[in-house]
Amino acid sequence: MNNFSRRAALRSFALVSTAASMLLTGGVFAADDTVTIGYAIARTGANATGAGITTIPNYELWVKTVNEAGGLAMPDGSKRMIEVVEYDNRSSNEDLVRAIERLASQDKVDLILPPWGTGTNLAVAPLFAKYGYPQLAVTAVTDKAPEFAARWDRSFWMLGGGHDYATGLVDVLAAARDAGTINGKVAVVSVADGFGIDLIKGARPAFEEAGFELVYDESYPLGTSDFAAIMSEAQASGADSFVAFSYPPGSFGMTKTAQAMGYNPAVFYISVGGAFPIYPGIAGGKAEGVMAIGGVDASSDAIKGYFAAHTAAAGNPPDSWASAITYASLEMLEQAVARVGLDHAALAGELSTGTFETVIGAVKLEDNQLRDLWTVGQWQDGSFRAVSPADRAGASDPIIPKPEW
Amino acid sequence: MRRYLPIVGFLVFAAAPFAVSDYGLGLLIGAVTYVTLASAWALFSGHTRYISLATVAFYGTGAYVVAVLNETLPYGLVLIIAALIGALMALLVGLSTLRLAGVYFVIFTFGLAELVRQLITWYEVNVTGTLGRYIFLDVTAREIYWQMLALAAVTIGLTAFIHRHRLGLALRVIGDDEVVAAHAGIPLARTKLLAFVASATILTLAGAIASPRWVYVEPAIVFNSTVSFLTVIMALLGGANRLWGPALGAVPLFFAFEYLSVNLPNTYPIVLGLLFIAVVFVLPDGVLAGIEKLRARWKRGAA
Repeated sequence: MNNFSRRAALRSFALVSTAASMLLTGGVFAADDTVTIGYAIARTGANATGAGITTIPNYELWVKTVNEAGGLAMPDGSKRMIEVVEYDNRSSNEDLVRAIERLASQDKVDLILPPWGTGTNLAVAPLFAKYGYPQLAVTAVTDKAPEFAARWDRSFWMLGGGHDYATGLVDVLAAARDAGTINGKVAVVSVADGFGIDLIKGARPAFEEAGFELVYDESYPLGTSDFAAIMSEAQASGADSFVAFSYPPGSFGMTKTAQAMGYNPAVFYISVGGAFPIYPGIAGGKAEGVMAIGGVDASSDAIKGYFAAHTAAAGNPPDSWASAITYASLEMLEQAVARVGLDHAALAGELSTGTFETVIGAVKLEDNQLRDLWTVGQWQDGSFRAVSPADRAGASDPIIPKPEW
Repeated sequence: MRRYLPIVGFLVFAAAPFAVSDYGLGLLIGAVTYVTLASAWALFSGHTRYISLATVAFYGTGAYVVAVLNETLPYGLVLIIAALIGALMALLVGLSTLRLAGVYFVIFTFGLAELVRQLITWYEVNVTGTLGRYIFLDVTAREIYWQMLALAAVTIGLTAFIHRHRLGLALRVIGDDEVVAAHAGIPLARTKLLAFVASATILTLAGAIASPRWVYVEPAIVFNSTVSFLTVIMALLGGANRLWGPALGAVPLFFAFEYLSVNLPNTYPIVLGLLFIAVVFVLPDGVLAGIEKLRARWKRGAA
């Protein structure tokens, strides 16, 4: 206490009380003629790339589209313009939680849109539940979605779990093996991170059950940039199928490495990043036949229109996995509001039981989850087309073996 | 009067949750968390001048311990175990590294956070086969706030105690000149280790207390090196070798960052970097020392 004079103490007290009064007042939005929609999304930090590709452009495109059409339609036929309240969560869950509290308790926004990422959506789920907001969690891949939907009954999980994607891939490969196009050996690598682990955990038993032999099965740390060693081991393993449960940097790196060393497996599968619009450029224009997670029904008019609108608004096409679903979730919200208004309980009920016309077709959730998912896509003629599940309308036939690089 | 000021302040803060909105409470939790982190950091680094970037290694470990144990053990016990693990970790790290000085120590502590993160990742990938963990605890935001406030009070109280104690004097001598300290008969290793372990235990506990707000925990989320950097800059801004310095650095900076993330989301990292530079060049001893210096000069000028 020696260095701390009374005057300094009083001064600091004044500072603290000013800060405290800031907490008590703060901005309050008058929301009579507009609908306020808030989101706290990563503009900076580790999640900024994913959010910037999949989430933010779709939020902006949707708000622009709705406002240009005169606003969000209400059950009484009136239209109200959307006003956005946006915060940066700095890719930190602590900041994210606080931002959601701010949106809900301070700004008192009418609706809150979820952040990007599995962990972030889980971090905010208890808050959405506490304040009663419906949560349309799109960019969250988790096998525990059924549990979460039961725990938080206003949460909706729309991207499936690792198990779905792993079995979807195994189905594609099994069909090709049964047709005699590839052998029964698979080389698989996975990134040592939540996503990679989830997928490999689902894939191992699924491959085994389908009678495949995993001749190479290695994980690599997040941040690896040199894939020459694992790729040449995979090449030497005698497998016709190369499978990587990878994040964008790994997906891109492995593509370039395979091209450089002339590794031409009959099936070349990568995960996140393969459906990005920049992928064909990264593959040097030789993306034809590359398989990856996700996919869209590229021949549907709704998807074509959505890709065109996205390109016009954001300057580039959307990714072909979660982007269209993100936009579809916003259309669901829009249609649900038009039917039941902004009451959160009614809105959650409508989202849970209603059927909606969206860019990915008619959507009806099962137990608060989107189960009609495209699990595997393939680059064909410059479009990333869904190939699995093969029996779903709009699926393209896979090209196996993949043409050489 | 002056003696009661901290107590009155503590009571005011303890009663604050009843007067603010949920967002206000979130702000208070964030501010008090950084007051705790900066004060605990300064407990060791303030006097010894060993700049540690390991804050998040301990903070994250605390969160992880809760994530691993929250379903099997009662909450209170989990907190105690977290503190013990933090202390043990600090003991091991301290014994092997406090011989390092200057920039070597800084680099090692920065690497420590990454080391812990990779170790946990390796363990989860190869042994448990899962990476994300869930914390489903019924701890309300208010309870988190009160726990954190109590920890902050304990930290500042402990710092005040150490300042008056022989240990504080020994730490100060070490910070001024280690060779002199050794010749004066101060047990260097033991003194530094004691302060390091005390500081790390508090940092670990802070992570354990804050973690129920995150629900989902994975290494990439909890070992976020920004926390380490913010802690250092906050403590340095206020004045790391003063009792109230870290707290007075943490509160305004925390609110400034909150303001920036709301109003200038895209330029936040640039402002953070500029602040770093400004603190080091303009206020190397902190705001409190800067004010005193300014006042001394003014007095001299008047006389």
